[in-house]
Amino acid sequence: MSKQVVNNFSITIATVNGSGSQTANITLLRALFKMGIPVSGKNLFPSNIQGLPTWYTIRVSKDGFIARCDEQEIVISINPASFVQDLASVKSGGAFFYSDDIKQPIDRRDISIYPMPVKDIARKANVSPALRDYIANMVYVGILAQLLGIDLSLIKQALDFHFKGKIQAVDSNFETVKNAADWAAQNLSKTDPYTVKKMDSAKGYIMADGNTAAALGAIYGGLQFAAWYPITPASTLAESLNVFLPQLRKTPDGKQTYAVLQAEDELAAVGMAIGAGWGGLRSMTSTSGPGISLMAEYAGLAYYAEVPVVVWDVQRLGPSTGLPTRTAQGDLTEVFYLSHGDVQNVILLPGSVSECFEFGWKAFDLAEHLQTPVFVLSDLDLGMNQWMTRPFEYPDTSLQRGKVLWEGDLEKLKGSWKRYQDVDGDGIPYRTVPGNRHPSAAWFGRGTGHDEGAKYTEDARTWERNMARLKKKYLTAKKLVPKPIIRNVGGAVDGIIAYGSSDPAVEEAITSLKIENKLKFSYLRLRALPIASETKAFIKKCEHIYFVEANRDGQLCQILSAELPDQAPKFHSICHSDGLPLTANWVRQEILSRKEKK
Amino acid sequence: MTTPASPQTNKVGMSKNDYRGLPSTLCQGCGHNSIANQIISACFELDIVPETIMKFSGIGCSSKSPAYFLNRSFGFNGLHGRMSSLATGALFADTTMHAIGVSGDGDTASIGMGGFKHMVRRNASIVYIVENNGVYGLTKGQFSATAEVGLDLKHQGINQYMPVDICMEALASNATFVARSFAGDAKQVKELLKTAFSHRGVAVLDIISPCVTFNNQDNALHSYTWGKDHEAPLHEISFIPALDEIELAGEFVEGTVREVSMHDGSTVLLKKLDKDYDPTNRANAFQMLEKAQLNNWLITGLLYIDESKPSLTESFNLVETPLNRLSGPDLRPARDTIDKVNSLMF
Repeated sequence: MSKQVVNNFSITIATVNGSGSQTANITLLRALFKMGIPVSGKNLFPSNIQGLPTWYTIRVSKDGFIARCDEQEIVISINPASFVQDLASVKSGGAFFYSDDIKQPIDRRDISIYPMPVKDIARKANVSPALRDYIANMVYVGILAQLLGIDLSLIKQALDFHFKGKIQAVDSNFETVKNAADWAAQNLSKTDPYTVKKMDSAKGYIMADGNTAAALGAIYGGLQFAAWYPITPASTLAESLNVFLPQLRKTPDGKQTYAVLQAEDELAAVGMAIGAGWGGLRSMTSTSGPGISLMAEYAGLAYYAEVPVVVWDVQRLGPSTGLPTRTAQGDLTEVFYLSHGDVQNVILLPGSVSECFEFGWKAFDLAEHLQTPVFVLSDLDLGMNQWMTRPFEYPDTSLQRGKVLWEGDLEKLKGSWKRYQDVDGDGIPYRTVPGNRHPSAAWFGRGTGHDEGAKYTEDARTWERNMARLKKKYLTAKKLVPKPIIRNVGGAVDGIIAYGSSDPAVEEAITSLKIENKLKFSYLRLRALPIASETKAFIKKCEHIYFVEANRDGQLCQILSAELPDQAPKFHSICHSDGLPLTANWVRQEILSRKEKK
Repeated sequence: MTTPASPQTNKVGMSKNDYRGLPSTLCQGCGHNSIANQIISACFELDIVPETIMKFSGIGCSSKSPAYFLNRSFGFNGLHGRMSSLATGALFADTTMHAIGVSGDGDTASIGMGGFKHMVRRNASIVYIVENNGVYGLTKGQFSATAEVGLDLKHQGINQYMPVDICMEALASNATFVARSFAGDAKQVKELLKTAFSHRGVAVLDIISPCVTFNNQDNALHSYTWGKDHEAPLHEISFIPALDEIELAGEFVEGTVREVSMHDGSTVLLKKLDKDYDPTNRANAFQMLEKAQLNNWLITGLLYIDESKPSLTESFNLVETPLNRLSGPDLRPARDTIDKVNSLMF
């Protein structure tokens, strides 16, 4: 056996979709996390309920890198259908665990091979035959735990959490884990170098997914109305609202301060949210790309009628149905210009799970302050996978409700106000909401041309004046949206710009470019559109800018090329979209090849 | 010496002028204008404070009309066919508000059919008027989904497709209030509107409203002449506000009327004509609509009513205070909850 490799490898588990392996995979991930080792887990699953091949990758990284890796040191094969490809995917020197009922030739001599009597061990479990197939997944958990050195008590802790303390479920699963670990101890001799050891590097982190975080953030943001339509990978966001709202937002007498409604389609969902936003409620909808396409007409109405609403887009690979269970950052252009006519939307770009929480509440403040739709672009990787992340922080500002006039305000103004008048010079007018009983409160919302008093008009100058004010409001937004995270590196002349879930791959690539290639880069992680002045300054200062994105066309690069045409000649688009999260190795190689071409 | 006549005011101190809107820009003689006038009269007579009404519409001639009534009410003229969702969300803002939506046959029966039926099945509390003229007016005379087979329109040819019956669609979607009327029958329109405003859930009013410009041939189903000749009222309706109930109840002879108690305590009295029509029986309503179609009747009146079902917002167990009047501390969980939330993660 070669020299031990501690806490630095990737595991891929190949199973059949719908076989219950998700519980086993998450259990492994959580146990490793509880050992204090930085980990990430990514579910690479098909658009299918049962039967197709599915993979789960776990990365264990003492250095704290949590991006997906191209190479797999350990592969666990439970699915005969993908056996050949899984066997071929093991890195030389790695380990291959397989269910011994798969009778296929194994021609690799450069890796450690471990057959696992999955069925024999599972048979010992004291459960009904119906549950036995699910329990069988615990066999590889136990065997892997034994060979890697995962503390079984942490496996137990993870199972307790998963089954919410249901003793029977925990015991029967854990029994199989122990049986499998015992079998491995007696029957397998370790020939691969990979092991885990307890660390202190996961301290101060929690493990959560972005959709849950977004829902919780919205709840702390005072969400009052949500309408949604089921769509992968966004459904769990709305479902999390249904789980946590009753726990966090009921009055002592059990009354609700919120309503969640499943709509008949995405266009209706956003229509309901816009109706509620017009009515003065903090309202939102959550969807993915196809839903955004349906919402386009309503988004334009909300932009032009100036109605606050929050729209979460948990992106997946499109166009059309595309690959609905694969991740992408492909909706940026669509959302930025969503709807016909002259529209530019405010977009928030969370780059971590805890930022999903933060933007969950901030989005409402921005939407109400700016009286416009605010879109939050997450993606499948961020939204549905479990990530180690910083604990959610209680909002540091009170709810910002924006310029709303109530009866008392109108009394002071002696009823003299105009819905679309720019009183403060920031492009943001004042509004009233239904229920205000002052005789001058009412106004008529419309998508048709209107003057400052919200009256219908087709007057050419009034139209232009109003559109110019909307542009001014957009410029105001630049000062209000979350600032980019900038790391200026001494001696670096070039910069990298990325956003969202591409961040871990970029961070790792920057480290390896520095160590292995002696190349330094400054880094800007964009967190919102429109871009703040800090972003402009960063771009101006760099000789070359590399935009790293998980889409085909380099959408952010295109948008900023249009925004800053004089800077565009130094832009380089590093983009790639195959449905999988970006890897650091790919980012690094692409940047190196671009530098050579220069 | 004569004293000047004081302006007539209702119980909330409003004159009829307080319920008016801007001058109509629809064609002169448009059925929609007379419906707008009846909305004004109904709200005035019901003593509804105009600030407590929300108006909604989609796009089309009908959808322009909310500008022509209730100037002191909040309004939102939304997207073509999508007023249903807009209103559904807005209803949660302040459940003490009344809501009225005005749509057309294109807006409801074509582009908005899905949303319409879902709003109906949710029993959203709104008076939903379809100003039905069987034609697209604002785009100058195309067939709508309610146009009858054989209708001949300039530039369009002859319609070959069976019409959508909005009342039938509403009933099939489990509407709790379905009525049909004719814009030319001002009295019935007004009485149905008053009844609809007292209904706790969705009240669908399909009002045949002739288009004087694009679809008013004497033999066309949605024309004035056809409507007047073929109108077959189910019953005469008198709407009695809750406050006057006791006083007026005795005036009606038992056996000739059927009382329907409304959720707000008011009563609607249906004066039976020749048929023993029971508007609380859904099967009857289906049969009546089928019969009307076979016999070429424009059947008008209250076809179906069910006051027992809770409205959409009633089913949510919301706090008493209107949601849009809740402030920060009502809406943001307390600071000490965040640790518990973090502990719920792994």
